[in-house]
Amino acid sequence: MSAMSVLNTLPQVSPFTVVLIPFIGALLIGLAAKSFAVQQTISYVTSLVFFVAVLGQLGPLLAGDDSHQLLWEILPGLNMALSIEPLGMIFALLASTLWIVATPYAIGYMVQGGYGHLARFFACYAIALGSAAGIAFSDNLLTMFVFYEILSVSTYPLVAHTGTAKARQGARTYLGILLLTSICFWLPAMIWTYAATGTLDFVAGGILQGHLSPAMAGVVLLLFMFGTGKAALMPFHRWLPAAMVAPTPVSALLHAVAVVKAGVFVVLKLALYVFGLDFLREMPLTDVVLYVAAFTMLTASLVAMHQDNLKARLAYSTVSQLSYIVVGAMLASPLAAIGGGMHMVMHGFGKITLFFCAGAIYLASHKTLVSELDGLGRKMPFTMTAFLLGALCVIGIPPMGGLWSKWHLVLGAFDSGHGLILVAFLISTLLNIAYLLPPVLRAFLKPLPAGETASLQEAPILCVVPLTLTALGAVLLFFLAGWPQQLMSLIFT
Amino acid sequence: MIHVITELMPFAVLVPLIASGVVAILPGRTWPWLITLLAAVASAVIAALTLMVALDAPMNYPFGNWPPPIGIEYRVDAANAFVALLVAGMAALSLPWAKLSVDRDVPERQGPFYALFLMAVAGLMGITLTGDAFNVFVFLEISSLATYALIAHGQDRRALLASFRYLIMGTIGATFLLIGIALLYMMTGTLNMADLAERLPEVQHTRSVDAALAFIVVGMGLKLAMLPLHLWLPNAYAYAPNFVTIFLAGTATKVALYVMARFIFTIFGADYSFAVLPLGAVLMVLGVAGMFAGSWVAMFQDHLKRMLAYSSVAQVGYMVLGLSLMSVAGLTASFLHLFNHGLMKVALFMAVGTLMYRVKSAKIDDLRGLGGQMPWTLTAFALAGLSLIGVPTTAGFISKWYLILAAVEVDAWWLVGLIVITSMMAVYYIWRVIEAAWLHERPAHLPQVSEAPLALLIPTWVMVALNFYFGLDTRLTVGAASAAAETLMMGGYLP
Repeated sequence: MSAMSVLNTLPQVSPFTVVLIPFIGALLIGLAAKSFAVQQTISYVTSLVFFVAVLGQLGPLLAGDDSHQLLWEILPGLNMALSIEPLGMIFALLASTLWIVATPYAIGYMVQGGYGHLARFFACYAIALGSAAGIAFSDNLLTMFVFYEILSVSTYPLVAHTGTAKARQGARTYLGILLLTSICFWLPAMIWTYAATGTLDFVAGGILQGHLSPAMAGVVLLLFMFGTGKAALMPFHRWLPAAMVAPTPVSALLHAVAVVKAGVFVVLKLALYVFGLDFLREMPLTDVVLYVAAFTMLTASLVAMHQDNLKARLAYSTVSQLSYIVVGAMLASPLAAIGGGMHMVMHGFGKITLFFCAGAIYLASHKTLVSELDGLGRKMPFTMTAFLLGALCVIGIPPMGGLWSKWHLVLGAFDSGHGLILVAFLISTLLNIAYLLPPVLRAFLKPLPAGETASLQEAPILCVVPLTLTALGAVLLFFLAGWPQQLMSLIFT
Repeated sequence: MIHVITELMPFAVLVPLIASGVVAILPGRTWPWLITLLAAVASAVIAALTLMVALDAPMNYPFGNWPPPIGIEYRVDAANAFVALLVAGMAALSLPWAKLSVDRDVPERQGPFYALFLMAVAGLMGITLTGDAFNVFVFLEISSLATYALIAHGQDRRALLASFRYLIMGTIGATFLLIGIALLYMMTGTLNMADLAERLPEVQHTRSVDAALAFIVVGMGLKLAMLPLHLWLPNAYAYAPNFVTIFLAGTATKVALYVMARFIFTIFGADYSFAVLPLGAVLMVLGVAGMFAGSWVAMFQDHLKRMLAYSSVAQVGYMVLGLSLMSVAGLTASFLHLFNHGLMKVALFMAVGTLMYRVKSAKIDDLRGLGGQMPWTLTAFALAGLSLIGVPTTAGFISKWYLILAAVEVDAWWLVGLIVITSMMAVYYIWRVIEAAWLHERPAHLPQVSEAPLALLIPTWVMVALNFYFGLDTRLTVGAASAAAETLMMGGYLP
């Protein structure tokens, strides 16, 4: 009860205000284009205010208050509206928490790395977080679509930040796939939903049942799932490795957390609030998506094993881990869905740590390949220990939070009688070990190659502290996994 | 009140017509523009009042108090009042932008230039408001002749050829219309539209009436730039003075679409046009072909104005597609897109004109790296581009939404797919501009420029804001468009 009373002392603003905070921050950063010190301050303040505002939403949510907020009625039945529900809350909390640690990291990284156009960078960074919150709090498909597209477009300048031909090419692939899938598949699916049901609102338990035959709804499901390009289901996963040309703070917060988690969040939200788990079980095509996701999970892991570039390896690992969550949604069992929601958090903490480490390694030594990491562990003990913890979290080994999400996912697969998926989880975990541990082993067990200077040392403090914090967070989540678990369970009560 | 506005309504045509005579003899650069602006604003205000009344009940105004079958009357219902508001509104909104641009493009003898412009406005308003078929032809010629002369004012010498080509094709179109009207007159002995609608069913199954419909659809198809009759449009838009392009892109093809809809639905009647003759299939094929061909060619244009011109061919395709569905939903979508496309193309061409004011080129290659130098202009272009693509919260989304719902209503899922694909093509051609402007460095051999003057930026941003306003507040557009569609489906004015 004491936790509740603390929560209730926080300022409770409307959902729209929460979404607006990062946008206002971005505007201020843009206006302060001349002074980098002011931009930094605004970035810090915005991320803190945003976190407090998101946390303030938790009290009313737990108390069961109605948070529905109608922003604008475009046409009858076609609204822009926000509301807070448990799944969105988890996503918003995850993104806002990690933004706080990513801000100092990004500042340290961008300054140390000698990057230009910092005002544009930090403004777009903030806009991306604001759109992620908009997706998290959407009350209907249209609102979600709008914020989803803002997120795609606002991250484009971040991916293309360096402006080199390679960056532009990568960014074009990135935006091309995300826009193409969302407009070609997602939008028609949304229109189809509207044509069938006359509403786009999210309702716990789904809206489609009774309006479409299971077979037709299956087609809508396929459109939605492949339309959610951000969830990186094969064959629409290419954008994620392509996005790795971005500076590492972008890869860390956006392409391990905000953007990709927005994708799987959309998948979970659709499963729970548009289709409904009961209806999903009835639909013949659910299993098709399920096995596509399982295929992605395994194939991406196999590809990751063969990537020598550290960031590319992590990117394929993300593709694989995202599919865990899609599998969780498609298993159509409450346990698996809870596991999917938890995995958003656990993988978020684990993967952002890994990316932070990859960036720190690059800053300190300009090394990008796994095969170059020999002996780094002794020179960069904090970074490489954090890397180990992050890797363990993604794999799902105690004492890391990743254990609990995979635990629920496996239970869910068992629960719904999908034996093959159980096997896939098992193989995938082995593959995770096979591609995530070698970098650490190399760093700690192999000697530094001859000719390497002794001048190698840890990255700047602004980079090392955040990655230590997220690694510790991943450990902490092992003990606190009950929070996201209980929050997710609220959906099913 | 209604009586007063009925009396006032013809002045929406008369004010620009009379003002054009005055403006023609005014010297200098300020007065012609100012009087033109005032006349256009007056016409727009009258059109707005007319629409308010016409939404409730159709109204008519017999000229010289000669009752309809003998004299000429203006007859206004929701359909033409909506189009009239678009025409006069676009004229009024584009004129504040025009001042600087016209000073550059037409440095001398601005009086006659603005007089021609007012004549084009009066002609288009006349076509829209009149209830007399022959009167449509007369006003069509007035507006067309004025338009040819306006296009020829372009500074590029190719403007003359573009104008001449449009003159030839436009005249053929007008002649077709005239032949069609003549056939109708021969068969029924009347030129009044309402009268025609009453008398045509008696003589419906004759070859003359079939031919009349064919002539009119082809004639208006030419003016409308419906594929494959669009050949005049790209060059006319590309080489005309920017202000003329803006006005034409926002209004001329829309009025032709209205005339086509009026003839098909009110005069011939939907049952005859679509059931007796396979007009629906023809229009659907041409509409879809236009959507595709226009977008496809636009993707490969290096000249910004030509790119937008081909995009217009594609957008006309959407409108024709809406007509072809022969339903209230389809017609609503058509009229919505007619209005919304006016908004977005005017905004886009204004942004391009503003760019050209500084860069003096419309080649996409010459825009490289301009994002930092003209951020406001290019942001306006990008935002208006969103509306063209049909992103939610813009006007473009609303019309595409209705078009898709209309397609869904008749279970034409393949049309939904096609609309989505052509939207993606729009993403591509808008994207090329954005990429050139923001993601390339400015090459050394290109001139460095500064942001455009506020006199151009403010009107452009007003248009951009309107694109978003009508994407969020749809009461006026959806209300008027659905009223227009319902009256047309019921046969128009006839109560």
